[in-house]
Amino acid sequence: MDRSELQFIAFGFAAAFLILMTFVLLLALREGRLRKELDRVRKMVEKK
Amino acid sequence: MAVSVGLILWSLYKIAFLLPREVSNVGAYQIIYFHVPAAFTALTGFFIGLAASAMYLKTGDLKYDAFAAGITEVALAFATVNLVTGSIWGRFAWGIWWTWDARLTSMLACWLIYAGYLILRRSVDEPTLRARLSAFLSIFGCVDVAFVYKSIEWFRTQHPSPVLSVRNGGGMGPGMEAPIYWNWLAFMCLAAVLATVRMRQENVSREIDSLRRTAHSY
Repeated sequence: MDRSELQFIAFGFAAAFLILMTFVLLLALREGRLRKELDRVRKMVEKK
Repeated sequence: MAVSVGLILWSLYKIAFLLPREVSNVGAYQIIYFHVPAAFTALTGFFIGLAASAMYLKTGDLKYDAFAAGITEVALAFATVNLVTGSIWGRFAWGIWWTWDARLTSMLACWLIYAGYLILRRSVDEPTLRARLSAFLSIFGCVDVAFVYKSIEWFRTQHPSPVLSVRNGGGMGPGMEAPIYWNWLAFMCLAAVLATVRMRQENVSREIDSLRRTAHSY
């Protein structure tokens, strides 16, 4: 196995890892945003 | 989540130390251990999305719509992994990042259909209309999922023909293909966790919409 082949394998694994991690990060960010929005809307309803 | 991470680490160990470094005429073949399980997870996810969409159309219960949205978004992430890892392998094996071959093109079409599904969900505010339109698109998209699966048997183009022994013409040894199935299981466990989180977010989002409507009706 030459160096270029190893590089491609590493790129392949890194790409899979990065895509899934980005998705998990986006999911976590959305979770935080939704919780804040839910609290804000609940307070708005309680005030009225 | 822990099961999934454990299985992936075990598979990586097996790929790195137990499998042969080289297989005749197939360079960088180790990428297949993420490329194929990602495709299986994506296609399984789209099929589960189809079942949930059909259940929504039958019952009108929005929990099925939330489940379909969750699993479809997660499946799309795995479809992205499949397309990107395939492209990297293609650059090594064929010298090109992309070709308009039957399998690659049908998988890209599949990706675009389900990306369209997510865009559609963002662009329709009314929950029942959104759920109904999304369900129809999910059912339509699954025709392409079946096409993607069969395309390497129907067309002999650039993409390699089936490699798994369970499919016609597959010639991979059982010891070599076991990590593919283990990684598929790991990805499915991960997809189940992520889809559950995404489904809960969809329910929270609906609750926010409902509270907003209540607030505006005062």
